[in-house]
Amino acid sequence: MNRKIAVIGGGAAGLEASSALTSLGFRVVLVEKEDETGGHIKNWHALFPNRRPGVEVLDALRSKLGSDVELFSGKTVTEIKPVNDRFELSSADGWKTEADAVLLTTGFSLFNARKKEEYGYGIYDNVITSAELESAFSTGKIAMKSGEQPKRIGFVHCVGSRDEKVGNIYCSKVCCVTAVKQAIEIKQYLPDCEVFCFYMDMRMFGRHYEELYKEAQEKYYIQFIRGRLSESTEDHTGKIILKVEDTLLGKPLKIGVDMLVLMVGMEPAEITKNLGTQLGLVSDSDRFLVSTDQHISANISEIPGLFFAGTCTGPKNIADTLADARSAALAIAGYFDNNHNKS
Amino acid sequence: MKHEGKKLVWQEYQKEIADDHFFYARSCIRQTFFPGSEKVFTKILKDELGKDIYDSEHHTSCTGIGYHADAVPFETTMTVVARQFALMTEAGYENYAASCITSFGLYTEILETWHHFPEVEAKAREFLYKATGREFKIPKNLAHASDIIYKFRYEIAKRAKYRLVDKNTGKPLRVVEHIGCHYSKMFPHKGVGGAEYPYVLTGMIEAWGGEVIDYPERRHCCGFGFRQYIVQANRGYSIACSKKKFDSMEPYEPDMIITNCPGCPMFLDRWQYALSEMEGKTYGKNGNGIPVFTYEEVAGLVLGYDPWEIGLQVHQVPAEPLLDKMGIEYDPGSKFKGPNGEDLGRPIAPSYLKFYKE
Repeated sequence: MNRKIAVIGGGAAGLEASSALTSLGFRVVLVEKEDETGGHIKNWHALFPNRRPGVEVLDALRSKLGSDVELFSGKTVTEIKPVNDRFELSSADGWKTEADAVLLTTGFSLFNARKKEEYGYGIYDNVITSAELESAFSTGKIAMKSGEQPKRIGFVHCVGSRDEKVGNIYCSKVCCVTAVKQAIEIKQYLPDCEVFCFYMDMRMFGRHYEELYKEAQEKYYIQFIRGRLSESTEDHTGKIILKVEDTLLGKPLKIGVDMLVLMVGMEPAEITKNLGTQLGLVSDSDRFLVSTDQHISANISEIPGLFFAGTCTGPKNIADTLADARSAALAIAGYFDNNHNKS
Repeated sequence: MKHEGKKLVWQEYQKEIADDHFFYARSCIRQTFFPGSEKVFTKILKDELGKDIYDSEHHTSCTGIGYHADAVPFETTMTVVARQFALMTEAGYENYAASCITSFGLYTEILETWHHFPEVEAKAREFLYKATGREFKIPKNLAHASDIIYKFRYEIAKRAKYRLVDKNTGKPLRVVEHIGCHYSKMFPHKGVGGAEYPYVLTGMIEAWGGEVIDYPERRHCCGFGFRQYIVQANRGYSIACSKKKFDSMEPYEPDMIITNCPGCPMFLDRWQYALSEMEGKTYGKNGNGIPVFTYEEVAGLVLGYDPWEIGLQVHQVPAEPLLDKMGIEYDPGSKFKGPNGEDLGRPIAPSYLKFYKE
C-alpha cells in the first residue's frame, strides 16, 4: 500500500507511532517543531516509577525509526488542509508536504507556574518548577540561588491541576508520582535534607506507584501533609515561608523551607490548540482535543483521515502514551483497510 | 527577590483611571481617624493638579461595614449605593472616586453583580425610585482615591519639596506598603497590580524616592477585619493580627508604613501603643514606633505641606522621627495647637512608646 502518513510532533507518541506505522508498511513524514525529537522526555532526567534514565527510553524510541520515516525538524505545522481525501500541510517557514492521513501527536505544555501568583514563581529566588528540578538532577547540582545546599524542601502538588481558579479542573495524572520520585531523589542526593510534600489526594494509580509512595515514607521519611498551599513569601534571610492548611488536622500551618518545588501540570500544547482551531476540531472544556468516542475510537477524529495520539487528547504517562500511539497506528491501518479509499 | 517577576505581574493588572471630573465619596470613618487625609486629597487634586472634583455633602455611608458585619442586607446596600450613583448623575459626573477601600470593594461587587444579573440591577433601580424618586447612571469609571494619586504620582513627584529619602545618607527610605483587603483581593483586575503584588502604593513609593519592603506577612490583614474588632469578644484576634505583621516586618527595620484603607492605618498605628503597654515592646529603634501614614498624608509631606495642617498630630505613633529623617521643616511647638492657635494641652505619654522628642 505504501501510503504516506504525516505525524505532527516528535515526542514519545510521535516517535512510537512513526515506528509502528512503518512496521505496518506506511511511509511516514515526521514533523517536529524543535530541532530534535524527544519532546518532554529529553528534558527528564529519570522516569517514574523505577527511576530509569529518560534518555534510555528516548534512545529506544529513536532507534526504532527506520528509513521509511522522513524526519523534518524545526518545522511548526501551521495549516493542515483536507483536499480530495488527502491532506496538504504547510509550516510557518513555507515548507509544504502532502499526506494520505495525518496523526496529531502534538502533546502538552507544562502549566505556567507564574499564573499561581501567590506561590511566588518568577519572583522569589528559590521557588522552582518540577521541570527545573529535573534539569538540576541532570547536572547533579541541587542548590539554592546562593549556591548553598537546601536543608529543607517543600513540594507542592497540583500546581495548575484540579484548580478552577486557573481554569484547569482536571487531574494531570503524573504529578503525584513525579513528586514522590523527585522527593526520593532529593533524599538520595541530600540525605540530611528534610522533604515535605503538600498534596490534595495521592493519586498513585499506576503499577508500582503505591510501592514508591510507601518507600518514600518508610525508607526516606518524606513527610506527606494533606493540604494546599495558600501563599508563599520570602523572609529577610531568603527562606520561603509557606502558609498551608493541614486538612487532616484541620489546622493552619506555617513552615519555612529553603526551596519550594511546584509540581506543574499538563495543558494542551499551543500547537494543539492552534491546529485544532484551524481544522475546526472539537475540544473539551479542558481544551484538549476530543475523539469520536472516548472508549472505542479514542484515536479517531471527526475528520476522516485525521487521527490523534498521546497527550493532545489529555494527560497521560509515558507507558499510556506509547500504547495510545500504537493504537493510533492500528486505527490508521484500519481506516485504509476497511473504510476508505481502498487501493 | 526578582523585581522583574513582579513587573510582569503588574503588567497583567493595569486599570483605566479617569483623568478628570471626579465625584468624590468620602469615608464614614477616615475624617475621625486621620482627619487631614481627605482634605489633602481634594487639595492636591484641585490646587496642585487643577482637576475638577465634586465633594457632595448629601451622600451617606455606603453601609459597607454593616454589610460585611452581616447587619445590612445586600438589597439595602445596593439601594443605598444606587442613591450615591444618583447623586453623581444629578451632579453631572460620570467618574466615581471612593475614598474608602471597603466602599470601593462594595461598589465593584455591586457593579459586577449588576453586570452579570441585570434583573438585580432592575430591582435596585425600582427600590431607589420607590424610596426617593431618584434615577441613576452607572459610573463610566470607578476608582479608589489611591488609584487617582497613583495615576498622578509623577506629577506629584515633579512638584515635590521632599523625597522619601534619608537626608543624611541619601538612601531611599524603607517603606512597608499595606493595601486594604477590599481593594483587590475580591476582584484582582480592579486593582492596580492585582491582588498578590498590588502596585498602587508601591508605584507612589518608588516615584517619590522610597524603597518597598516585601516581608512575609505582607498580605496579612491589618487587624481590623471588621468582625475581629467590631465584635468585642474577638478583639484579641485583631491585635494578634497586627502583632503578627509587626513581628514579621521588624527585621527589615522599616522607616514607615503607608496604607490606603480607612481601618488599616488606625489599627497599625493604635495597636502599636496597645502592644507597647501590654508587652513593653516597641517596633522602631530606641523605643520609637513605626510611623503609619495614609497615602494622602505621605503625598502631602512630599509636597511640603505642614505636618500639623494635614493632621499628623493625631497619630498615636509620632511622625517626628520620620519627618527628621526626611529633613522636613516643622514647628514642634505647634503640634498641639488648635486651628486658631489655642493650646489644646499635651496628651499623657505612653509607658514605653516614645511619644515626645527628648
